[in-house]
Amino acid sequence: MEDSKEMFKKTLLGSVALTVALSAGIASADTSDKKIALSNNYAGNSWRQAMLKSWDKVTSAAVKAGIVADAPAFTTAENQVTEQASQIQNLILEGYDAIVINAASPDALNGAVKQACDAGIVVVSFDGIVTEPCAYRIAVDFAKMGEIQVDYLARRMPKGGNLLEIRGLAGVFVDDEISAGIHKGVKNHSQFKIVGSVHGNWAQDVAQKAVAGILPSLPEVAAVVTQGGDGYGAAQAFKAAGRDTPLIIMGNREDELKWWKQQKDANGYETMSVSIAPGVSTLGFWVAQMILDGKTVPHDLTVPFLQIDQDNLEANLSNTEAGGVANVEYSLEDAKAAIK
Amino acid sequence: MKRYLTNPKFLRSALPAASLLVLLAAIFYIQPRAMSQFGMNLMLQYAVPIALATIAQMFIITVNDLDLSIGPFVGLTACIGATLLNTNPLLGVLALLACIAAYAALGALIHWRNLPSIVVTLGMSFVWLGIAVLVLPTPGGTAPDWVKAIMSFKVPGIPFPLIAAAIIAVVVHFALMRTSYGAVLRGAGGNPKAIGRAGWSLLKTKMIMYAAAGFFGVLAGLSLIGLTSAADAHIADRYTLYSIAGVILGGGEFVGGRVSPTGAVLGALTLTLTGSFLIFLKISPDWQIGAQGGILILVLALRALINRREAQA
Repeated sequence: MEDSKEMFKKTLLGSVALTVALSAGIASADTSDKKIALSNNYAGNSWRQAMLKSWDKVTSAAVKAGIVADAPAFTTAENQVTEQASQIQNLILEGYDAIVINAASPDALNGAVKQACDAGIVVVSFDGIVTEPCAYRIAVDFAKMGEIQVDYLARRMPKGGNLLEIRGLAGVFVDDEISAGIHKGVKNHSQFKIVGSVHGNWAQDVAQKAVAGILPSLPEVAAVVTQGGDGYGAAQAFKAAGRDTPLIIMGNREDELKWWKQQKDANGYETMSVSIAPGVSTLGFWVAQMILDGKTVPHDLTVPFLQIDQDNLEANLSNTEAGGVANVEYSLEDAKAAIK
Repeated sequence: MKRYLTNPKFLRSALPAASLLVLLAAIFYIQPRAMSQFGMNLMLQYAVPIALATIAQMFIITVNDLDLSIGPFVGLTACIGATLLNTNPLLGVLALLACIAAYAALGALIHWRNLPSIVVTLGMSFVWLGIAVLVLPTPGGTAPDWVKAIMSFKVPGIPFPLIAAAIIAVVVHFALMRTSYGAVLRGAGGNPKAIGRAGWSLLKTKMIMYAAAGFFGVLAGLSLIGLTSAADAHIADRYTLYSIAGVILGGGEFVGGRVSPTGAVLGALTLTLTGSFLIFLKISPDWQIGAQGGILILVLALRALINRREAQA
C-alpha cells in the first residue's frame, strides 16, 4: 500500500516535470543538440575564403553559446557535382539535422537533396542554390544589383551621359543577369547611353587592360557601371590614358575601397559600392537554425546587398582585410529581420 | 591450406576485396549508422556509375590503350539522357547508339593509323565536352522516369548498389574471362602479334573493345542521371581519373590483357568509400584529396610487395 502511494507520487512528479520540460521546449529555442553542416563546392577565391571564415566565426560562437551542438564546414576538392552529391549523402549518414549548401549545380544535386529531405533533414541553399522544391533557397538578385547602379547614377546625374559597361566572365549566368539589370536600368533612365562594353572577368588586371583597349575609341565617359572586382582596374586605365576619372561604381573589394578613400580625401570623389557579402553563409546558418527551432520560413528568400556609401566608407574599409572583400556576418536578429 | 593462403597469386587476387573489407570495417567502426541498408545505399549509390565507367576504362586498358575521355563522354551521355532521351526517346536512343559507334570508330582510327590512344582520347575529351554543352548549355534537364525507377529499385535486405555491382562484375567476367573470344580480346592487348598471326583481325578486336567501352560509358551516364535526376556537362569530369584508379586498384595493369572485371568493380567501390571514410574521419577538406591519394598508394605498395614475392617464388 505504502509502495503504491510512493509510486503514484513519483509518477505524478515525473509527469509534472515532463510537462514543464515540454512546454519549456516549445517556448524557447532549443536546438542545442542539433548539428548543422555546411556543404561547399569551391574554396578557390577570396570571396569563398571569406565566406568560409565567416561561417567558422559565427558558428563556433553559436556552438560555444550552446545554440547548436556542432556546425562543421565541408568543401569538395574539385568543384564537382558527383563529389558534392556523395558528400551530401555522407552528411545524411552522419546524422546532421540540417545541411547548408553552396551548390556546384542548380539541378544536378537534386537527387541527393531530395534524399536529405526524405531523411528529415532541413536543406538550405545559398549563393549557388538548388532547385529541388523541398530545399530552402537564399538567392541573389543579380539583375537588381545591375539596376540599382543606374538608379544611383540617375540620382547623381539627372542630365545623364555616356556609360562604359564592364562585364564579368563571358558565358556565366551571373554576368548575363547583372548586365541585363544594367540595360534595364538604362531603359528606365533614358538620359543614359552605353557607349562601350568590355569583359573584365571580375579581375582588376583584366579590367584595366580591357578598358585601356577601348578608351581611345570612346567619347567622353560620364560613369562606369561594373560587376565588382573591376573598378580599381578601370580607374587605373583612365588615369594612364590621361582622361578625367569618371564616376566608377565599385564592388566592395578592398583595393577599390582604398582607392575610393584616397580620391575622397584628395578631391571629394563620390560614388557607391555594391556586392554580396560573403557572410551570407551565416545567414544560411541562422535560417537553418530557425527552421530547426520550429519557425516558419519562406522557401525562397533573397539576399540583401551590401551597399557602401560615401558616409560609411571608412567604417567598411577598416573592417575589410587587405586583398579581401567587404563583409558582414549575420546575427540571429539580423537573420530574423532579413527573412521578413 | 596455409600455403595456399600465403601464395602470392592468391594474395594478389584477394587484395582488392581485402582493401574494400578493411575500409568497410573502418567505416562501420567510426560511423555505426552506416551499417544499415539505408546507410549502404547512400554510401555506395554513386559507386554504380563509377563502376560502369571503370569497366569501360578496363576494356580500353585490356587492349593496351588508355582512355582520357571517358569522364566527359559519360557527361555527354548524361546530357543526352536528360534531354533527348526524355523528350524524344527514339532520337535519344539513336544519339546514344551514335556515341557508341563513334567510340568504335575511334578504336578503328587508333588501330589503322597506329596513333597513341592517349593523344586521341585527350583530344576527344574536349569534343565530348563541347557537344555536351551544345546539347545542354545550362545545367538541368530531366532524367526519364524509367531510368530513375531502375536506380531507385529496392530489394528488401540487400542494398541495391551491391546487387548492381555484382551483376556488372559477373556479366563482364563471364564475357571477357570465360568465353573463348574473350581470351582473344585479352590476347589482342597482351600479345597482339600472336593473335594477329593466329588469323584474328586486330582491327575488329579493337573496335569491339572500344564499342564495349562506349556502351558501358552510356550505361554510366544513364545510371548517373538516374541518381541526380538532372545533368550538367561537367557532371562526370572526374570519372576519367576515377576509372583509371579503379582499374589499377582492382588489380589491372597497364601492360594490356592483365585485367580483372571483378577487381575493377571492387576498385570502384573502394574509391567511392574512401570519400565517405575521410568525411566520417572529419579530415580537413584541404587534406582529403591528399589522403585519398595516400590510400591509393598504400594499396598499390601492398601489391608491389606481393608482386616482388611472386617474382622470388
